[in-house]
Amino acid sequence: MATRLPELIRKYQDSLLAEWIAEQRAALSRKLIKESELEEQCSAFLRAVGQGASSGDLTTLDGAAWKDMKELLTTVSRTRGQAGYSPSETAMFVLSFKKPLFTRLGKELPAAEVAAEQWTATVLLDQLGLFTTEMYQRSREEIIARQQQDMLELSTPVVKLWDGVLALPMIGTLDSARTQVVMETLLQRIVETGSAVAILDITGVPTVDTLVAQHLLKTIAAARLMGDDCIISGVRPQIAQTIVHLGVDLGNVTTKATLADAFALALQRTGQTVVRVAAPRRKKPKETGKDRKDQE
Amino acid sequence: MERIPILRMGNYLLVTIQVDMHDRLAMQLQEDLTTRIAKDQARGVLIDISALDIVDSFIGRMLADIAGMSRVLDAQTVVVGMQPAVAITLVELGLSLHGVRTALDVERGMKLLEQSIDDQTFATRAHEDDGPGGES
Amino acid sequence: MDQVERADALPVRGEIDVVLVRQTVRTWSVQQGFTLVDQTKMVTAASEIARNTVLYGRGGTVRIEALVEGVRKGLRLVFEDQGPGIPDVDLAMRDGYSTKNSLGLGLPGARRLMDDFALASELGHGTTITMKKWKR
Repeated sequence: MATRLPELIRKYQDSLLAEWIAEQRAALSRKLIKESELEEQCSAFLRAVGQGASSGDLTTLDGAAWKDMKELLTTVSRTRGQAGYSPSETAMFVLSFKKPLFTRLGKELPAAEVAAEQWTATVLLDQLGLFTTEMYQRSREEIIARQQQDMLELSTPVVKLWDGVLALPMIGTLDSARTQVVMETLLQRIVETGSAVAILDITGVPTVDTLVAQHLLKTIAAARLMGDDCIISGVRPQIAQTIVHLGVDLGNVTTKATLADAFALALQRTGQTVVRVAAPRRKKPKETGKDRKDQE
Repeated sequence: MERIPILRMGNYLLVTIQVDMHDRLAMQLQEDLTTRIAKDQARGVLIDISALDIVDSFIGRMLADIAGMSRVLDAQTVVVGMQPAVAITLVELGLSLHGVRTALDVERGMKLLEQSIDDQTFATRAHEDDGPGGES
Repeated sequence: MDQVERADALPVRGEIDVVLVRQTVRTWSVQQGFTLVDQTKMVTAASEIARNTVLYGRGGTVRIEALVEGVRKGLRLVFEDQGPGIPDVDLAMRDGYSTKNSLGLGLPGARRLMDDFALASELGHGTTITMKKWKR
């Protein structure tokens, strides 16, 4: 026997809508979305249920008939996530429909049919609820991935300080993924700029552990293989202590306390130097009559 | 069997590796180079690997061996143009290429060769000034 | 569970085959969308193991498999030979171990370049090495 759900939902749409919205208002402690938006989404949901049910199969969400529903739930997840609702609060959008629907089924159907229809309704609503949660998760993951990418790109600039001298100011904690990006970016820039010296400045790195130290050493080794020299600068006393305690062997990598010292050394190594130019003669601030006569 | 061509530029030998070498070809190159260094009395060898998109442990060892053999024959070796991805992989592989000097490109490699040969000559001359008794 | 999208097998009997394995792994890793650095790492690892298969395994085969797990894409290489086998696997997997022309950097180096690495060897029967890398 075919389910009577779609027919009943259509017939009692208005009262179901009103009760459902009331349920949600009660369930959501924080009001983070507009009333009008909530009503719109609920109406769209009921329409989509009707459409999905028209496919005849209420046990699975595959199939073209459920496409609109899936799009709606994806939008709901995203907007609720952005508004600041938790995954449970977001799933409540679907699950809070159960009470009004079951109540209505109990009222309108003969006792023998109620259990079966409630079961069909539960199976459907549970699937929709789970789908909503999954979409919530996925949009979260997309946001996190995008933010991570942004952070990676922002936090690993490679700057050309002078002809043949690159600087890599590293800020924040270094992890495996970041150090990979740093290494690849640096090496690429070495090729692009044809530089001979790279200064890795770790002033902004709070701690160095064995793993980070290893990564740094690998970066330096790779740069060396390409013919580039590396200098580490900005080594703070705590980091110096850590390096010694961890027994990290810096080999013959030069370290300098400040970026300025490292830059001076880099210039030296590339055969360049900074020369102080004599200050230009200053013109007298006021021209007296005497001067003007001199100029004639 | 094909061979990798070796060009002569004054005191130097220039090798540009552009094919994915199989092991025997690499060994042939090593042999040809050492023969040429001796024959031409070359003072420097420049190996351009900018076209190589992979250097495994065999090729890596070949480069290190060439550097070693040349040094014995009184020639300096510089390897130029290693691609970033190759450098990263070699480091991960654990190959240190000790004793192999490297430079970014042919131009810089040449400069390096000239410099190191100058240093060598200078050192030798200073030694000669000392005279047999060690006193000047 | 890893799903194999497509697979191919190549003979690994001589040094020319090693070059072919490199080129094939390169092509497949490009198709799977790996970054240049990851491609290079895989091709290098394949080169190391392929050479071992030729020199010590008395020749064998390699199976290249394009993997898919959900949305993740990967590549799996399975090198198999019926050679003498590796007497002490632990020793061979340790850095610095070498016999003559070196089984040395081959195994531990290749393992570092790949995500998954498994070695099974039986004296007198042969060796199977399975390596996997996933697109980041």
